[in-house]
Amino acid sequence: METLMIILSGVLVTVATYLILSRNAVRIILGTALLTHASHILLMTMGGFGGTNVPITGENGADYVDALPQALILTSIVISFGVTAFFLVLSYRTYKELGSDDMYILRGRRNE
Amino acid sequence: MNNMIVFPMILPVLTAIFLVFIRKHILIQRWISVIVMLANVGLSIVILLHVQTEGIMRLDFGGWEPPFGILFVADSFSMLLVVTTNIVTVVCLLYAMFSVGKEFEYMFFYSFVLFLIGGVNASFLTGDLFNLFVSFEVMLLASYALIAFGGKKIQLKKSIPYIAINVVSSWIFLVAIAYVYGTLGTLNLAHLSQIIAEEGQTPILTVISILFLIVFSLKSGLLLYQWLPASYSAPPTAIAALFGALLTKVGIYAMFRIFTLLFYHEPQITHMLIGVLAGLTLISGSIGAIASNDIRYIVSYNVIIAVGFILVGLAIGTNTAIEGSIYYIIHDMIVKALLFLIAGTMISLSGSPKMNRMSGLIRNYPILGWLFFIVMLALAGIPPLSGFIGKVLLGKGAIEAGSYVLLALSFISALFVLYSLLRIFMDCFWGETMLSAEDEPPLRKGILFPLIVLGVLTFALGLAPESIATFVIDGAETLVNPSIYIDAIFDQ
Repeated sequence: METLMIILSGVLVTVATYLILSRNAVRIILGTALLTHASHILLMTMGGFGGTNVPITGENGADYVDALPQALILTSIVISFGVTAFFLVLSYRTYKELGSDDMYILRGRRNE
Repeated sequence: MNNMIVFPMILPVLTAIFLVFIRKHILIQRWISVIVMLANVGLSIVILLHVQTEGIMRLDFGGWEPPFGILFVADSFSMLLVVTTNIVTVVCLLYAMFSVGKEFEYMFFYSFVLFLIGGVNASFLTGDLFNLFVSFEVMLLASYALIAFGGKKIQLKKSIPYIAINVVSSWIFLVAIAYVYGTLGTLNLAHLSQIIAEEGQTPILTVISILFLIVFSLKSGLLLYQWLPASYSAPPTAIAALFGALLTKVGIYAMFRIFTLLFYHEPQITHMLIGVLAGLTLISGSIGAIASNDIRYIVSYNVIIAVGFILVGLAIGTNTAIEGSIYYIIHDMIVKALLFLIAGTMISLSGSPKMNRMSGLIRNYPILGWLFFIVMLALAGIPPLSGFIGKVLLGKGAIEAGSYVLLALSFISALFVLYSLLRIFMDCFWGETMLSAEDEPPLRKGILFPLIVLGVLTFALGLAPESIATFVIDGAETLVNPSIYIDAIFDQ
């Protein structure tokens, strides 16, 4: 299971890298969103899988999965959600102001 | 008493939320934010003094004892930075009041600045790796909003790469955190330090430490600074000054923390690498600073040179060198804020950021000219000003450790700093004045006052470095001996 998840995470990173390196602003944003999700999967894998019970301390001998990575992922998802939302709004505004979402055109001249 | 150390983070954040509800009342917003930040300065000085007498303070949130809960830790190094951050923020807020304009202030300007400061202070105070990530994100989200603030075309253009690069570096941060958790099973800094010291820094941990190095290099502009000059030159002056003074310092702080507390067992790999990166940063930053004709770019490249200089201290890693770095960080926060504010004022007065469009400003604005002269000397490290003591200690540490290459690079870079600023001084302040007495834009006292405050601070810090010497020595002591930090977390 761990191996499978790591491979999945790797695939997501590949896709995200491809998207981020493109010229289109929306693709870049989708790429950054995918990138954080890849790291969420990685975090979850690092905590290990398995466990048959709910993670409540005091349950003697209960075999439960490490709950901390889930907490970390939850926090990270919220942050990623906020950043992606802001990024989308910003690029929409940029599109309206400058009439383009192509990074080659947005780049402008050096030392502008 | 220990509960106090949450204030530098929570006060700005709560105030920022409150200010959202009184959007229409700009005057109240202004004064509330300044008063809260002044209170924050006072509180952080009290905490600093308390740390000095009682030792490192910690606050376990929810009563969860370390290593299980999340916690805030206040030691001399972090508190010195918190105090300086708050002082610089007060000054920048005062400057902003007279310069940013109503349309900004209506759009929650003060809230965003306070959120930014909350994030910066939290990054300095946290004792937990994941909390460091969260604090970084709080700070960065506020900075994303501030960099695009006002929505001018140039700002929108520069903000997309800025956000993209920061999201990618946050991703690397998250990956590094995941690896640390997978390898060692904890994220508490003191606990991590203990485990690494007991079980040895295995090669996999060294690789992870290099991941952290990449993250913080991106955040602080150590060699991976290509995003920095463009993004720091886009926003309005008061915001650019906050960025230039504070944001890179957070990355530097994190690097000091991580590489003195956790990964200090393989200095021939990690610290060597930091040394190489710092040397390259000094070289390329110097080239950048003298290559440009645009004042905003020159001052941004000066930020980069300072980053290289400060991290030379970490690369050397002796007690003296780290003391020098701490002095220099404090000096740099104050003087970079002043430099950015002066540069912004010059641009707004003359209407162009290009050097060849300005001339003879000192005749119209003598105080501004002399302040710029003071900044120049302070950055070059001339004795009665604040840059001197840091440079002396860093140089002494470098000689003790025998790192002559870094020594030479860091001191030659000071010449480039001096040259790049001297060019601005000669081109823009000397020469024939281009503005006649009638059509010179007036320089308001409100704008000049914050600049003078910072100018006085750099003098004070230079003339009386012993006023903060005890704190700096204590801070360096804690950084060099991780056991002090660990004991403070795990006693009781």
